[in-house]
Amino acid sequence: MKCDIILCGVGGQGILSIATIIGEAAMNENLYIKQAEVHGMSQRGGDVQSNLRISSQPIASDLIPRGGADVIISMEPMEALRYLPYLSPDGWVITSSAPFVNIPNYPDIEQVKAELAQLPHVVMLDIEQMAKDHQVPRSANVILLGAAQHALGIDYDKLEAAVRRVFARKGDAVVEANVKALALGREG
Amino acid sequence: MEKKLLLGDEAVALGALHAGLSGVYAYPGTPSTEITEYIQASPLARERGIHSRWCTNEKTAMEAALGMSYMGKRALVCMKHVGLNVCADPFVNSAMTGVNGGVVVLVADDPSMHSSQDEQDSRFYGRFAMIPTLEPSSQQEAYDMMDFAFDYSERQCLPVLMRFTTRMAHSRAVVEVKAEPRPENPLNHNAVAANWVLLPANARRRNDTVTAQQPQLEEDAAQSPFNSLSLPGKAPLGVIASGIAYNYVCESGLQVPLLKVSQYPLPRRLVRQMLESCERVMVVEEGQPFIEEQVRGVSDNPNILGRLTGQLPRTGELTPDCVRTALRQATANQPTQADTPTFAPSPIVAPRPPQLCQGCGHRDVYTALNEVLREFDTPRVFGDIGCYTLGFLPPYRAIHSCVDMGASITMAKGAADAGQWPAVAIIGDSTFTHSGMTGLLDAINENADITVIISDNLTTAMTGGQDSAGTNKFEAICRGLGVSEEHLHVVVPLPKNMPEITRIIRQEINYHGVSVIIPRRECIQTFKRHAKEKKLKG
Repeated sequence: MKCDIILCGVGGQGILSIATIIGEAAMNENLYIKQAEVHGMSQRGGDVQSNLRISSQPIASDLIPRGGADVIISMEPMEALRYLPYLSPDGWVITSSAPFVNIPNYPDIEQVKAELAQLPHVVMLDIEQMAKDHQVPRSANVILLGAAQHALGIDYDKLEAAVRRVFARKGDAVVEANVKALALGREG
Repeated sequence: MEKKLLLGDEAVALGALHAGLSGVYAYPGTPSTEITEYIQASPLARERGIHSRWCTNEKTAMEAALGMSYMGKRALVCMKHVGLNVCADPFVNSAMTGVNGGVVVLVADDPSMHSSQDEQDSRFYGRFAMIPTLEPSSQQEAYDMMDFAFDYSERQCLPVLMRFTTRMAHSRAVVEVKAEPRPENPLNHNAVAANWVLLPANARRRNDTVTAQQPQLEEDAAQSPFNSLSLPGKAPLGVIASGIAYNYVCESGLQVPLLKVSQYPLPRRLVRQMLESCERVMVVEEGQPFIEEQVRGVSDNPNILGRLTGQLPRTGELTPDCVRTALRQATANQPTQADTPTFAPSPIVAPRPPQLCQGCGHRDVYTALNEVLREFDTPRVFGDIGCYTLGFLPPYRAIHSCVDMGASITMAKGAADAGQWPAVAIIGDSTFTHSGMTGLLDAINENADITVIISDNLTTAMTGGQDSAGTNKFEAICRGLGVSEEHLHVVVPLPKNMPEITRIIRQEINYHGVSVIIPRRECIQTFKRHAKEKKLKG
């Protein structure tokens, strides 16, 4: 198997936690992994992305070539559009529909959604609202991961087990909130 | 063997620990910071009492590492590329002294300047200091190389430079690590003073020795397990690829004769073999055209392709895309179109630059400074390196320069010398202790007409909140350097204190001598983190 994933959003939205969970699941399956992250200055409210590659074969490049991403997982709708040139023709976009507006020239959100809706494989979810409605306010990113599960080529049970391992040191309540969030995302 | 998912930085850190490291010396700098942080958090390092506290700057770090080496133990020095400029003096001279315990200097370059002010390539430093240089192409190799590097350093009596780049430093991969770490070196007194006292007579002898070592170092590189030449026979195109660029060549899937370079001095014997068998040779390297220039020499051989001849971009980071396109064009021997992706970039996407956090004290400092400076015709504010450099951007547009660590104070002084008034310097707490204190002494000795703002957020914020060397010492440092009591002020940068802060800034600009204002409030990021930790502890 091979799955090239672009994780994106705005600094501080928790994309690296999503990467950690997928990485944990992939590692447990003895898959090869490469995950390029952005640290440093851009984390201060700027756009951030991570290239995550998992494969049963050795992986050469840390970066995903253009047109090669199987999935874009985005915590923010405009940020999903930023990486479209990396999306493969059959690729999936799994994105939050709630805009994060911290710039004066943020485009019209309806136009952003319209562009996203034109893509062949797209899932748009208001994960922030879902997280609030279901009392898992800090797990919006894991809801998004649940929504992306089918596109990742990793079994749901294995992803859930990875969620349990990653959050274990934060206590049972946090683990259960994230397991619930993952299920919410899968149901959509 | 155990498998771990490690950042390139972490692979270096763990590799060094497993190689019997006794101390890491570093100042935080993206993308190298996580090396020291990993060692600080390592149970093995804690158990062994490995030195891992942050240093005041890269020069103090390099010198402390030399001291540890002098006593026979292994030391690692880590920095970002511009940090090597700061410690260039001890770095270059460490080749003259040589080492006793192994020394590895890890420098993380930042091509495309993700978090830096230039894209200098540290391999040039290795070459001109005559120090053997390593450049890993994978996280596994970075881990494996540390063990080799310390041994090699001790065998050659020279420090070893390891250079990698942002994409390696900040990318994770599965690394197989050793089960048993090697023991630390015992303390010894074998260092010979005649090598370490660089009086001209000693230095000349050492210079001859190190110069004479160079052919052997080059032959070692030719035989290095980290370098490889696959040359099946005559071919129209061969490729020389170094470090992470090697991965992009592999990613392209094109089968070409390939020389992988991960150890320098450049093994010219292998390069010549490739030149003899291939009509044309493309050099693919991350950073500046270091190998390419050496292969071209002055002949301008038209059969050497790369960044200098336009097949690859002259500046900036390589990508798997630009390498693939360049290789395809060169193998087809004719221009071919770059691949067009299915989905075009969306025209409505707006740039989202980084910005000062909501609630950050630097914001209040700039608000106050701008309010006062509006009263002057041509004020100039000399900035420095840190989060507060973002004060250049809207809405503040508050600074007029940012050059290198500490340059705010010295440039303000030079501007005042030239007749500029008001000349204001703004510098962070960690940057001030890194390289600002000496400049302030210059200013005080001439009572330069400058106003210095040390914006103290009690941490090294931009790199993620590491300890700042001068915390709780700034008033004492300023007094000690000679700042007068009546022109030294501490304020709390909060909107409610705006009248007081603006009054003090105005008053000190109108004082024609050195004044220091210290706005002090904890970084909002570390504040949140500390609050969370407190809550967890109950």
